[in-house]
Amino acid sequence: MNRALPLIVVTLALLALATLFLVAGPAMQIRTIDAPEGLEPYTQAQLNGRAEYISQGCVYCHSQQPRSPEQAPDGLRGWGRPSTPADYVYDQPHLLGTMRTGPDLLNVGARLPSQAWHLTHLYQPRAIVPQSIMPAYPYLFEAKVQAAEDDVVVPVPARYRPEGKFIVARQAALDLVDYLLSLDRTYPAERVDLRDNGFAAKEES
Amino acid sequence: MNFTIGTLLAFSFAASLIAVAALIWAISTQQFKITESDARAVFDEGEGGKLDDPTSSHSDRSPSAQQPGMSGEWRRLLIVMFVTSTAWLVFGSVFGVIASLKLHIPDWLTGSAPLTFGRMRTLHLNSVIYGFLSLGGVGTAFWLVPTLFKVSLQKVRFAMSGAVVWNLALLAGVVVIAMGWNDGQEWLEIPWQIDIFLAVGGACFAIPLLYTTAARRVNHIYVTGWYYMAALFWFPALFILANLPGVHSGAQQATANWWFAHNVLGLWLTPLGLGAAYYFIPKIIGKPIYSYRLSLLGFWALALFYSQVGMHHLIGGPVPTWVVSLSVVQSVMMVISVIAVAINQHTLSLGNLWAWKESLPLRFVALGAIMYTLASLQGSLEAVRAFNTVTHFTHYTVAHAHLGVYGFVAMVLFGGIYYMLPRITGRAWPMPWAISLHFWLVVAGFAIYFIALTIGGWLQGMAMLDASRDWLESMEVTIPYLAGRSLGGTLMTIGHLVFAANLAVLFLGRTRRFVEDAGDTDASVATPRSGA
Ligand code: HEM
Ligand code: HEM
Ligand SMILES: [Fe+2]
Repeated sequence: MNRALPLIVVTLALLALATLFLVAGPAMQIRTIDAPEGLEPYTQAQLNGRAEYISQGCVYCHSQQPRSPEQAPDGLRGWGRPSTPADYVYDQPHLLGTMRTGPDLLNVGARLPSQAWHLTHLYQPRAIVPQSIMPAYPYLFEAKVQAAEDDVVVPVPARYRPEGKFIVARQAALDLVDYLLSLDRTYPAERVDLRDNGFAAKEES
Repeated sequence: MNFTIGTLLAFSFAASLIAVAALIWAISTQQFKITESDARAVFDEGEGGKLDDPTSSHSDRSPSAQQPGMSGEWRRLLIVMFVTSTAWLVFGSVFGVIASLKLHIPDWLTGSAPLTFGRMRTLHLNSVIYGFLSLGGVGTAFWLVPTLFKVSLQKVRFAMSGAVVWNLALLAGVVVIAMGWNDGQEWLEIPWQIDIFLAVGGACFAIPLLYTTAARRVNHIYVTGWYYMAALFWFPALFILANLPGVHSGAQQATANWWFAHNVLGLWLTPLGLGAAYYFIPKIIGKPIYSYRLSLLGFWALALFYSQVGMHHLIGGPVPTWVVSLSVVQSVMMVISVIAVAINQHTLSLGNLWAWKESLPLRFVALGAIMYTLASLQGSLEAVRAFNTVTHFTHYTVAHAHLGVYGFVAMVLFGGIYYMLPRITGRAWPMPWAISLHFWLVVAGFAIYFIALTIGGWLQGMAMLDASRDWLESMEVTIPYLAGRSLGGTLMTIGHLVFAANLAVLFLGRTRRFVEDAGDTDASVATPRSGA
């Protein structure tokens, strides 16, 4: 190993091979699939909410990829059926996540369909789940003495809000909740063959 | 489809086995032009055979030995690299401690968005990975590569511009992330508009090393050079492909994301750490590594297998079975590479325990090298489907992550910086006692960090798999361990402050300069002890 050029060429070639397997191969399979019938594209408000989800860093504690019943009881917890690539065709960037400091959220809109619940929970998670360690996001809200006509007033229990004030959701909070409520992949799974069936695959292949 | 994919997988597996067999054949029949004596490339003529450590009073080599013929601009470059690296370490650690505390004191500092957990954690990761470890690792290369090649660093101006551009771009990156603008993927949070500047900075780092390699005065490229050269080309390729805007989306983007994120660890930080360890361990002890030929196997097996393991971050996820299985198989194959490196480095360091006692830099580096072995063997286990089912979404992964990036890469860097800076500046460390304090603080702190999260993460995973227990239990069970992590992380951070203070006094205080070149001539006539 006395020459630099061959070393650089071969090591880059090995990386190219890996890229072919890990990036190009799955792309050829996944990028050509159609959107499932039951899945709507995000609305502008939902996209704004999704941007808020990204900006606040929710992904570091919440996954969006329920596992198969052969692997884990994710379905029994109400997180939904195992997801497939078709469930994410409108997702850019993807938000699969790798951590469950909090629960999986791919179907949270179906599991918890109340706007009031989510707004309260974002303002102060411990008002709903006393032992929760999720951060509170009070800066997505405003404390007002008098709520205006079109304000969305959040039903925060009195002991969690400043005395004599109402908690009103800012646009960012409303959008974020819009996005959360849109998370609903309860339609039948499509292209199950394109997910990791390594836990179920005993009879297959 | 199933047939073709199954075939592809079987083919890649067979090809890997054949490649390893071919490599072993090539090494054993001496197809590569290397000999065991090339392992002595870390020593100058007549050097070796005794402890070489500018921080130790037991070192036989004169402590004065400032690198001869270092130009002022080269020295300034190295100082900029290590000082900014240390600054990122301090900021990054503080962000880490804040993020950690917030996980068990959730109503602390909730008043403003930049301080929320999601942003603190992101600032932490980007500061320590792209700031501390990347700048420190490249800085080490800027010293080691010319030193091994017995020339001075070429095109220093490029490197200096790279250092400036990289630091400013990263600073811009963390500021905008704190303000709420990020690209949304783990390890790729810095907006691509800013990434362009990081890519330019990275290219400015690669060019001087290429020129230095071309200008080298030795024929053989020592193993350290293999790792560095490969890494400096791998990283720009990875970074640019992964950041291309608008190319990736949906589940497919997740494969690109983890292909990148794993390779930042495997093809960037790992080679930077291993390259340094392959130099400092034999250099300080004064004896060559155990088997130079084995280091070929370690290197090529890493290049082949480690580049293909990224999908072990998506096990059980919405990506094709074959690609996950491919990564699982290659993750286990990595054991070959890891054992090869382990035999080389640990037989030398553990066979010379006297040197651990006498040299603090060696303690950092050799311990870091052992952590590489442990992190990797643990990683191969974590990639096994049944094991990953328990640990995947838990703090167990975070413990493993820190065993790799901290226990291994950061520890090797600390030791390297303690060794290099006296040689670079010609000054002794102003507070030698602080080196040992730093060592024990981070070792104790990290032990607490790792043990707490490993246990807490495992319990979390077991609770999450038990359908009879409410999911909330899997969160509640971790809380005492998260508090333990805050304690360990705080000790580590205090250690980092001690390190930074020592560095500050070295540059700003009135420190002892070594006596001019005393004893250097003695060292060069001394005969090295033969054998190893
Ligand atoms: C043979 C070597 C290794 C293998 C097979 C391996 C495998 C793995 C696996 C399976 C995961 C967990 C993925 C998950 O469940 O989410 C992981 C995470 C991680 N590993 Fe390793 N590992 C190895 C060595 C290392 C080394 C040497 C480092 C550091 C330089 C490292 C740093 C990390 C980090 C930072 C993560 C967390 C990534 C994230 O979720 O952000 N690993 N590794
Ligand atoms: C300076 C060396 C350090 C390096 C290189 C480092 C690196 C990392 C990396 C790569 C991750 C991502 C892990 C993953 O996604 O699985 C991470 C996360 C984290 N680190 Fe560090 N870290 C360091 C020191 C610290 C310290 C001193 C603390 C203080 C307690 C700390 C606390 C954290 C926390 C709280 C997270 C977030 C984990 C989560 O998302 O649950 N780190 N660090
Ligand atoms: Fe990995």
